[in-house]
Amino acid sequence: MAKKDSTTKTILVALGVCFVASILVSTAAVELKPIQENNKKLDLLKNILAAGDLYQEGIDINKTFEEKVSAQIVDLNTGNVIPSTEYDDVLNIENFNVNVLASSAKWGEDITATDDIAGIKRKPTAMAIYTVMDDSNSVEKYILPIYGKGLWSTLYGFIALDKDLHTIKGFTFYQHGETPGLGGEVDNPKWKSQWIGKQAYDADGNLKIEVIKGIVDQTSDKAKYQIDGLSGSTLTTRGVNNLVRFWLSENGYGPFLNKLKGDNNG
Amino acid sequence: MAKANYKEIVFDPIFKNNPIALQMLGICSALAVTTKLETSLVMSLAVVVVIAFSNLFVSLIRNHVPGSIRILVEMTIIASLVIIADQFIKAFAYDVSKQLSIFVGLIITNCIVMGRAEAYALKNPPLQSFMDGIGNGMGYAVILLVVGFFRELLGSGKFFGISIFSLTNEGGWYLGNGLMLLAPSAFFLIAFFIWILRTFYPDQVEE
Repeated sequence: MAKKDSTTKTILVALGVCFVASILVSTAAVELKPIQENNKKLDLLKNILAAGDLYQEGIDINKTFEEKVSAQIVDLNTGNVIPSTEYDDVLNIENFNVNVLASSAKWGEDITATDDIAGIKRKPTAMAIYTVMDDSNSVEKYILPIYGKGLWSTLYGFIALDKDLHTIKGFTFYQHGETPGLGGEVDNPKWKSQWIGKQAYDADGNLKIEVIKGIVDQTSDKAKYQIDGLSGSTLTTRGVNNLVRFWLSENGYGPFLNKLKGDNNG
Repeated sequence: MAKANYKEIVFDPIFKNNPIALQMLGICSALAVTTKLETSLVMSLAVVVVIAFSNLFVSLIRNHVPGSIRILVEMTIIASLVIIADQFIKAFAYDVSKQLSIFVGLIITNCIVMGRAEAYALKNPPLQSFMDGIGNGMGYAVILLVVGFFRELLGSGKFFGISIFSLTNEGGWYLGNGLMLLAPSAFFLIAFFIWILRTFYPDQVEE
């Protein structure tokens, strides 16, 4: 046997340790991957249901989702629904990932600095949107994914719009890294419930919704467009305000919503 | 070598020779993950498992590891264990893994793990090293849980996510202490812990 500090022994030990370690790590990663993917998917579906006010503790998430919600992908620039024949590896509903899309050449584009209030630099040109159907199979509300920069992190969430296209029906973030207790209060159910019933647009279709600093004055006629800011987290509040306004503007879902309005009238 | 006293090996690091309170190791993650008890608990478990097994493996091969690549071998073992722990948490405690985010991965840089491998596992037989790992992991866990308990209770009025004090912003009477939710509060709590500890073990007081 080679001596403990000889070169041969050193290399052998190094190789041996790396070999064993790599086998253990790759086994764990490969074996646990399906469970992790499933967790991720369920978590996403759960949040979509939560935004649509369909989630309760203990329901069968997959089943409820299939029964109540249908997903489609819309082109943000034209507002048209993209037929499933055009789906590819990056653009499909199962593995819909805004970051992958935004960084791809085909489905992403730069946002000009003046428009980029959400602080995301690039955006996907197509987004998966979720439609909630009522019992008589007509559209009840639309659930739209939104995301943008807060203070520390990018916040990812959903906003639900009523079929009238201006009343907000739900609001939730499913992933963020804001300070727990301060900016993290975006997860506070009480704060989130404020969004329900607020008006995103006024009667002329101007974008009005805003998260203000401080508490909304309920007597003001603007109250129906305003959300309380989170105390102690000015920057997260500003981020949420900006990202909501970005996604509901012409740069976000504007064309799609206009298209829907046109359809409704025509 | 005298017969090892496993009880002492396991229980000494909890109060008598606590890695955070006395050795001042691993403080950074103790600040980051302790805003809630749930995350503290999962983090503690991950650290106990990682220290115990890294000590075990390092000790098993201690007579074969050349001095020149000693640290590299330790790092490889620790890093692999941490990745495995992270994978398990992602698979079986997905919600918590989202909150812990990067801090599980950062167990690699937790000085306790490396410190115990260097200071203990390289010189002692596997079983003793394993027990030492569990002991030190629990020493870390005790602090995390104590800090997590107070931060969650005073900061958000909750215990394991269950409301104990109803908060004013949810219509209750308790105004959450915002400082408790920020990292510096963990310093104060750890300091209190050390103070109490040193009242009972005056020999820990530094000159």
